[in-house]
Amino acid sequence: MLSIRGLRAGVEGKEILRGIDLEVRAGEVHAVMGPNGSGKSTLAQVLAGHPAFTVTAGEVIYEGRNLLQMPPEERAREGVFLAFQYPVEIPGVASAQFLKAGVNEIRTHRGLEELDAVDFLELLKEKLKLVDMDPSFMSRPVNEGFSGGEKKRNEILQMALLDPKLAVLDETDSGLDIDALRIIAGGINQLRRPDNAIILVTHYQRMLGYVTPDRVHVLLAGRIVKSGGKALALELEAKGYDWLEERSEVSA
Amino acid sequence: MRGGTTKETFLVAFSALEAGGRLGGPPWLRDLRRAAIGRFAERGLPTPRDEEWKYTSIAPIAETEFDLGADGTDDDLTEAAIAPFCLSPTWSRIVFVNGRYSAKLSSIGLLPRGVRIESLGEALIADAAALRPHLIDSATVEAADAFAELNAAFWRDGALLHVSASASVADPVHLLFVTVPGPARVDHPRSLIVLEPESHAVVVESHVSLAEDAHLTNAMTETIVGARASLEHHKIQLEGRRAFHVGRTRFRQAPGSRVRSCSVTFGGRLVRNNVHARLGGAGAHCTLSGLFVIGGRQHVDTHTVIDHITPQAMSRQLYKGILDGRARGVFNGRVIVRPGANGTDAHQTNKNLLLSDDVEVDSKPQLEIFADDVKCSHGAADGQLAEDAVFYLKSRGLDEVAARTLLTFGFANEVLGRIRVEPVRAWLESLLTARLEGGRVTAEGFEEAVEPATSDRSR
Repeated sequence: MLSIRGLRAGVEGKEILRGIDLEVRAGEVHAVMGPNGSGKSTLAQVLAGHPAFTVTAGEVIYEGRNLLQMPPEERAREGVFLAFQYPVEIPGVASAQFLKAGVNEIRTHRGLEELDAVDFLELLKEKLKLVDMDPSFMSRPVNEGFSGGEKKRNEILQMALLDPKLAVLDETDSGLDIDALRIIAGGINQLRRPDNAIILVTHYQRMLGYVTPDRVHVLLAGRIVKSGGKALALELEAKGYDWLEERSEVSA
Repeated sequence: MRGGTTKETFLVAFSALEAGGRLGGPPWLRDLRRAAIGRFAERGLPTPRDEEWKYTSIAPIAETEFDLGADGTDDDLTEAAIAPFCLSPTWSRIVFVNGRYSAKLSSIGLLPRGVRIESLGEALIADAAALRPHLIDSATVEAADAFAELNAAFWRDGALLHVSASASVADPVHLLFVTVPGPARVDHPRSLIVLEPESHAVVVESHVSLAEDAHLTNAMTETIVGARASLEHHKIQLEGRRAFHVGRTRFRQAPGSRVRSCSVTFGGRLVRNNVHARLGGAGAHCTLSGLFVIGGRQHVDTHTVIDHITPQAMSRQLYKGILDGRARGVFNGRVIVRPGANGTDAHQTNKNLLLSDDVEVDSKPQLEIFADDVKCSHGAADGQLAEDAVFYLKSRGLDEVAARTLLTFGFANEVLGRIRVEPVRAWLESLLTARLEGGRVTAEGFEEAVEPATSDRSR
């Protein structure tokens, strides 16, 4: 589904990703872990097409197409979804209006009819249950006045509504209490299917206690320095990132 | 006299109208008119040297040759012509065509006991003494300017809404001011809204032009809100591309009264909105908001004055503007906290969204605090759409234009979303959507500089 080869990217002339290689197949959940500043969020943003980042080398092939040549909205319509680490507040736009706009853009792209207000509401109600969100949120402006946990739930709600093939969740677990974490992880698990893939970008192992990854990658200073099974996450939890940092310096 | 409109043309027109007995009213009103025109004669039309008109030049008005003697409604105007501006058939509406009451187009339904809606001009003939205390001398108007004096001197008609103590009008009352095609005219409508204690009313005041001819509406709406009474007032300005509008809305609030007011400006070439709240009683609250969405060469200036006279009153202001093309916006928000008005809680916000490099905004808060123990704050921000928000929407499948359109809509909707009268809100949202096609302000017809209204003027 996704092949990242030799990806180098940065912001304002500063290189952050220094040669990333990653293969993600349908049905898989990959965890990308690493300390602050290792480039995890940059990788997530580059995949979604954030204009602040410049790709200087490498390629990203998504479903046989050059992802990097697609504008952000086309990536979204083709099934790439980014759950933002810091979801943006949009005053004056009701959540329901925002979600309906996104759902209908993607439906139109897929050759489906746009949902009218009634049908959309049906769909919305169903998906709200998945993340245990009160419907009253939907008449409130997007993310405005939402708590950290509510914003993250709202991201997973969007994932559920937009039904992506490839979901990149950027630190969706940060700042959550244990109940919210459990709800969000439950939502993610329900959205896991043989025909889609998820990349979990995370600093901590705790999310992985609920969402079991197929592969775990450790990102350090813009490179994947180690990949393994889910046991690697536990090892990282126990040992931290220092032992890998030393190794990567030796090998560099 | 050719070549525009000056102080002298107004003075000459006043003399002519008065000599012809065409400015109605009892002797005391004639005295008020004469006093007002006298003060106008001393003051003259505003120039950019006037601090209050620093950023708004009235040159386009002065350059227009108005027919100041024009009068009369249009008897041929049909209900179909005004239908697009009538939001609900069940609401009582009072219609003024070219500043004059139209009985034919007005539709005043069954009103609850204690509620009167009628032409102020007609009420004045029937019941002048009762109205006298409310038709105050413009000399006592705070921050009066030449246009307030002109209105006081020239006004002939407008709406009267009177709600007796504890009475309430369930549906909104619609005051509709229509200008029809014809030579450039000036109208000075004056409306009076009186809410006796513990009464309630919702008012929609809209101003529209049915043609592109130049005209000046110099409107004054005086509201007197009694103790614990509540008023929701909406002013909607949709006049044409050559229209000039100078509006003055005053709220005089008694203890415990509530006012919610929203002014929305889409139309007009040059618009000045004066909103004045006088919080003259403990526990009075006013929530004022405003929105303009302008493009081309439109110019909208909003001046608010919130006068905290008594303790424990609260005021909230949210004024926003969206500017595109070469539009200009002005906001001046003055908050006065008088000596002894302790416990005042006043907040003011002004935000402007600039969609083009060629727009200009001047925003100025003006806090004058003479009391202790007050909470007064203000905030202002002018800028473009946040790029991180644009990206957020794109990442959900919206293209550039759709993303920018939705964000711009949201910016404006922070004001419209506060309107509690659902048909008014829905209507304004649909007007806004139409005006924001493609993420820009579509201000068709507003692009060019307005050429003088008459072709044969010598210069």
